[in-house]
Amino acid sequence: MREIALHLLDIAENSVTANAKNITLTVCEDLQGDQLSVSVIDDGKGMSAEMVASAVDPFVTSRTTRKVGLGIPFFKAAAEACNGKLVINSEIGKGTRLDVEFQHSHIDRMPLGDLSSTMLTLFVSYPQIRWLFDYSTISADGKPEEKFVFDTQPVMAELGDISLTEPAVLTFIREYIESGVARVRATSNC
Amino acid sequence: MPAIKSLEDLKRVREEALEKRKVKTTEGAIQVTVAMGTCGIAAGARDTMKAILDHIESNNVSGVIVTQTGCIGKCDYEPIVSVSVGVEPKVVYGRINPERARKIMQEHVADGKVLTDWIVPA
Repeated sequence: MREIALHLLDIAENSVTANAKNITLTVCEDLQGDQLSVSVIDDGKGMSAEMVASAVDPFVTSRTTRKVGLGIPFFKAAAEACNGKLVINSEIGKGTRLDVEFQHSHIDRMPLGDLSSTMLTLFVSYPQIRWLFDYSTISADGKPEEKFVFDTQPVMAELGDISLTEPAVLTFIREYIESGVARVRATSNC
Repeated sequence: MPAIKSLEDLKRVREEALEKRKVKTTEGAIQVTVAMGTCGIAAGARDTMKAILDHIESNNVSGVIVTQTGCIGKCDYEPIVSVSVGVEPKVVYGRINPERARKIMQEHVADGKVLTDWIVPA
């Protein structure tokens, strides 16, 4: 995959499959610490330690019983190639938390990519899930961080039974996400 | 860059959508599903999804539900888009790039014409 945002879309799909009702996606570009970190946190059915081990190993995953396929090993390899790591913490019945770190300035780090499209796609496809998108930056000179937080619950409460794919609603959501992401992105120098 | 919108704006948008729904005649529900497993995403499914959403916005298409699904086991045909209109059987299209997605929205979703060339063999 060519973008971190595409990996996020892929990983979030695992959380949806795990029957999560609340999914948090965070992206933080820490220029001071030279780190780009992303996490996907869900309250889905969770995994045993054994399942977690197999989730990061493409050669152990069996296709018929798999919960995850190549998505996590791909992401892990990309992070490790950039002085980073991928860590999964999970507990059966509680949920799963996946944290990935990249060295922000690493030459091989793939671009963050189109984060707005990833957020819009997830929200529109799974409106019944409460999404919390959190994108922030920490500037190199220690200036206060910029932050865009989008909780989908108030939007769903306001809309009631109006579909997210009604054109006027879709335009609203898309512009809301795009302007929020652009505001933070402008402070990340990339 | 558009100004940041507030929930107050959303209230107005909702009223508009409600009005529109009142005048719309009831027809079979249309659902468009984009497969977004790892295979689909790697093959460009997000761009396909974006093209479908852009089409809905720019052509003011009302009453279409857009959703996604995981890998359906036909990875070599990704990106895969399925369209179901009312009680008609679901049509599964393969190798749907943004351009083909727009054509599906125009011809199948809007005009009810199935595009047989792109159907994934069962």
